[in-house]
Amino acid sequence: MEYVSPEGLRLDGRRPMEMRQLRAQIGAVAKADGSAVFEMGNTKVIAAVYGPREVQNRSQQIGDQALVRCEYSMANFSTGDRKRKPKGDRRSTEISLVIRQTMEACILTHLMPRSQIDIYVQVLQADGGTRSACINAATLALADAGIPMHDLVTSCSAGYLNSTPLLDLNYVEDSAGGPDITVGILPKLDKVTLLQMDAKLPVDIFENVMQLAIEGCKAIATYIGEVLLENTKQLEYRKGL
Amino acid sequence: MLHSKTFSKKTRGGKVQKLVREVYLRDDIYCGASFCKVCDTSAARFTASASTILVLDTNVVLNQIDLLENPAIEDVVVLSVVLQEVKNKNTAVYNRIRALCSNPARKFFVFSNEFHRDTYVQNMTGESPNDRNDRAIRVATRWYQSHLGDAVKVLLITNDRENKKKATEEGVSAETIESYVKSLGQPALLDLLAQPASEDIIMEEVEDLRPSKRKVVYPEHKPMSEITAGLTSGIYHQGKLRVNRYNPFEAYVGSESIGDEIVVYGRGNMNRAFDGDIVAVEILPQDQWREDESLSIADEDDDNEEVHLVPSSADDAPRTTNSVSGSASDTNPISGRPCGRVIGIIKRNWHSYCGSLEPMPMPAGSGGLVYALFVSKDRRIPKIRIQTRQLENLLDKRIIVAVDSWDRQSRYPSGHYVRSIGEIGDRDTETEVVLIENDIDARPFSAQVLACLPPLPWSVSEQDLVNPIRTDLRHLRVFSVDPPGCKDIDDALHCMMLPNGNFEVGVHIADVTNFVHPGTPLDDEATQRGTSVYLVERRIDMLPKPLTEDICSLRADVERLAFSVIWEMTPEAEIISTRYIKSVIKSCAALSYVEAQARMDDSRLMDPVTKDLRNMNTLAKTMRQRRIERGALTLASAEVKFQIDTETHDPLDIGMYQIREANQMVEEFMLAANVSVAEQILKHFPGCSLLRRHPTPTKDMLEPLLRTAASVGLNLDISSSKALADSLDHAVSDDPYFNKLIRIMATRCMTQAVYFCSGDLSPPEFHHYGLAAPLYTHFTSPIRRYADVIVHRLLAASLEIYKLPTIFRDRPQQTSIADNLNYRHRNAQMASRGSVELHTLIYFRKRPIDTEARIVKIRSNGFIVFVPKYGIEGPVYLTPRGEKGGGEWFVDEQQQKIKKMDGSLSYGILQAVKIHLEVVEPQPNRPKLQLTLL
Repeated sequence: MEYVSPEGLRLDGRRPMEMRQLRAQIGAVAKADGSAVFEMGNTKVIAAVYGPREVQNRSQQIGDQALVRCEYSMANFSTGDRKRKPKGDRRSTEISLVIRQTMEACILTHLMPRSQIDIYVQVLQADGGTRSACINAATLALADAGIPMHDLVTSCSAGYLNSTPLLDLNYVEDSAGGPDITVGILPKLDKVTLLQMDAKLPVDIFENVMQLAIEGCKAIATYIGEVLLENTKQLEYRKGL
Repeated sequence: MLHSKTFSKKTRGGKVQKLVREVYLRDDIYCGASFCKVCDTSAARFTASASTILVLDTNVVLNQIDLLENPAIEDVVVLSVVLQEVKNKNTAVYNRIRALCSNPARKFFVFSNEFHRDTYVQNMTGESPNDRNDRAIRVATRWYQSHLGDAVKVLLITNDRENKKKATEEGVSAETIESYVKSLGQPALLDLLAQPASEDIIMEEVEDLRPSKRKVVYPEHKPMSEITAGLTSGIYHQGKLRVNRYNPFEAYVGSESIGDEIVVYGRGNMNRAFDGDIVAVEILPQDQWREDESLSIADEDDDNEEVHLVPSSADDAPRTTNSVSGSASDTNPISGRPCGRVIGIIKRNWHSYCGSLEPMPMPAGSGGLVYALFVSKDRRIPKIRIQTRQLENLLDKRIIVAVDSWDRQSRYPSGHYVRSIGEIGDRDTETEVVLIENDIDARPFSAQVLACLPPLPWSVSEQDLVNPIRTDLRHLRVFSVDPPGCKDIDDALHCMMLPNGNFEVGVHIADVTNFVHPGTPLDDEATQRGTSVYLVERRIDMLPKPLTEDICSLRADVERLAFSVIWEMTPEAEIISTRYIKSVIKSCAALSYVEAQARMDDSRLMDPVTKDLRNMNTLAKTMRQRRIERGALTLASAEVKFQIDTETHDPLDIGMYQIREANQMVEEFMLAANVSVAEQILKHFPGCSLLRRHPTPTKDMLEPLLRTAASVGLNLDISSSKALADSLDHAVSDDPYFNKLIRIMATRCMTQAVYFCSGDLSPPEFHHYGLAAPLYTHFTSPIRRYADVIVHRLLAASLEIYKLPTIFRDRPQQTSIADNLNYRHRNAQMASRGSVELHTLIYFRKRPIDTEARIVKIRSNGFIVFVPKYGIEGPVYLTPRGEKGGGEWFVDEQQQKIKKMDGSLSYGILQAVKIHLEVVEPQPNRPKLQLTLL
């Protein structure tokens, strides 16, 4: 299958190093402390953050830092076929864990001992790269909730098909069976907090692809920064300052 | 700009699914004209002075690809929507149009109209995908016209009437391909036009003139829906149709659903299917099985046997099941094989064919349009009807013809002329035909490939010597033994007595992978070529000449890089240890087989090299003996060798290839090296090693051998290769040539050995039957075989000298490489045979000869003889042609004898007969060898 035409265009008209269109909206769930909707092309994710609040289950309380919990789910209508997926299947559990660990790494948990932060992410529409979109949405929601963080974590995926590194794979490219790397970084600190790949790839190519994914993360970080700035300006305006 | 594309798709399960895809529309897609002022012209293709730019419709690309490949057509826009449609309909054409687009010499430009902001077309409600695509083509054409302005004319080429009409209405200039080609004023181009099925006006005229011709010849093909339904319910069977190479009226369809081959007799039952087509077959009722055969042969107008080279394996040999054709006494066999008829063609395998026109009288007014029948060199292909305006030019030429269609009313498929190769009978032309038929790329290497070569003159550098991966073996007494005049020496040997009485024996193979790196154009080219091809008068190299004849060739008295396998062996030739090292060697002598043999035989010579040779020969004999005891087969082949006139390249003499002890000695060590390397790479890479296996022949395949042997009172045991080898050894009679004959016949019952990827099969299947080795691979000829290059890389990786190239991680790709190697290997062999056949013909053209021959097969009207001296095989007729199964002779099946009715004369199998050999020309320009009984 030809995923990149000799003219250098992908199946959806992007070039290999181009990302899908990004859209973000802060404050989608009024009841939550922080929330956001994040879109990468046709992938659409909603995230809501509650906390820091009192730990619900006392036995889980940690004396010197906050407890971060994360729940990932996919809406039943998120994919084309209406398959009823049981809650807590392996894939969801794994992605919940991945998101939790990534977010935990950037939240300043020691500032909020004996408290709990809940992150809920739900995929509204899936078209590849849900993991990355979830992390980006969660970052926005955490920022919206005003939770102290080292940096904004951003994530992006990249793959390697037809001997070409491709940025931000969509569903068709994702299901091609090629290597697919999801990277999460702290852009200002230039640190990697998440790196996933479940395929074989020679080291030199892997480095190229990962570099591409990092570039993608940085672009998303810039975009998220703009969105937050815009949001803050609006808050300022509403407060009448 | 972002767009969403929504469409519905039926899933495999039968559910209808709605899919949504994004489409990013861009403004950075350029028009490809170098004179355009708006666009970026760095990727521009069109000539600066282009006056007309052509936009092609899908049907034009699909049907007229031969015309498009002609350099007269240029400045063409290929729209991405067209490419997509072509790809879905015909991958072969897609690959060809892609090749055109990527060729910088041709002015073909791909315009991605589907992603351009101004040419993207949204599907309208109620519009079929076809109409939508046609509209997209028109929109793109109009965009081109407005974009480029009045300076150039943008012309839409379409053969779709509806599309053309709409285009004209919308103000887009459109023409059919015929009228465009006519306007170019090159009549030769018109021949290249494919004749679209009967819509063509000219065809309609013909229909009126000769109504009798238009009656239905073939039954209709069933509609696709019915075929699919029939396949799932098990009424029909799907498979690839393979036409018998020796009888084009018989074909086989290997069907998985019944696990057997279905035989299809006669053109009527084949129902317009070509060799290689994927067809749907219906099994005939049992009482009709095998009945059609006599009919089909009566139908045939030319002889079905020709003199040809002796087949070297079962793959080249004619199918034997029906070779004892239709004699009355034939009661039992074959009726177990189901017969069927083709009811539909699922996928066509049409490509272009090489051959010549059937001789025909010149029509009165020359230069006019005439129909001619094309006869392919490949006998499996039916005659093809073509239209031509240049009959007088083509009659005595070898030409290439492509098939366009085959409708029910015509006896023969219709096609069109593609190009001519040269005069029939001319040696260069015929050699090229051989190459084309076997899909061999004989073009010179491209500049990119040559750029990968190290600079000349090359010599072993200081760097190579100090490189820790390389061992300096220049002090060893290494020498090579090859055929005389060999320039691409890829193996050398050494043998040294150790203080403990054992021998150190080394096989040194040219280190090709030091120069051919994975992923380079040089490597890609070699992967494609797969093997060097040896023709009688020339060699087509897999790697460029500087590598094969100089840098890699292990010539005498120069330092060369090598990959060495070094054993310590006991005097009984038991291997104690094996080392694999990259080395630097300096060969002290490049001997020929003859020289080596002479040195060994001359007892007065006592120089070190001769002593080494004798030691090695002793070891080799022991190894050979042990191999034979293990059950390796000693097979014989009837290889011939030509002596070629150095100036005219005409064959001067012809004779059997002689095998000496020296040959066997070298062969033995090469086999041992291959086996050792196979063990090493399989140990390290059990999933991705490239090995070579030789499947055990089935009982059916050995059947003809057994039948022949039984008729001369010989009982062969075929239960294992060991048993067969033993009984072949015991097959002796007072006739000195008898044993060799039986061996030759055994050889042709075997299939060929094949390359495979070790991950694709289970270890018991790795077995090499002919060599009786559990593991085997090819390591010793990397200059001329690509498989060896791969094995070199694997071996280097197993020693951790290099990293394993990425390709080995990709199983499907590796399998496809192995398949390609098998295909190329086989084609190279076929080409060599073709070349030998051609030269045999040239040789005998001037020298008719009387010689001795052996009967190998009895037919109803004669027998097939084998001429040992020249390695050829052909029919001898006892009755004149036309009287098939003549009255005065009858065939004794049991004893394989043909007898005269009055009992005065009889011929039995393997009997020696005197025959006369000469070249005849039954039709002008069609010389062939004829054998007649003296």
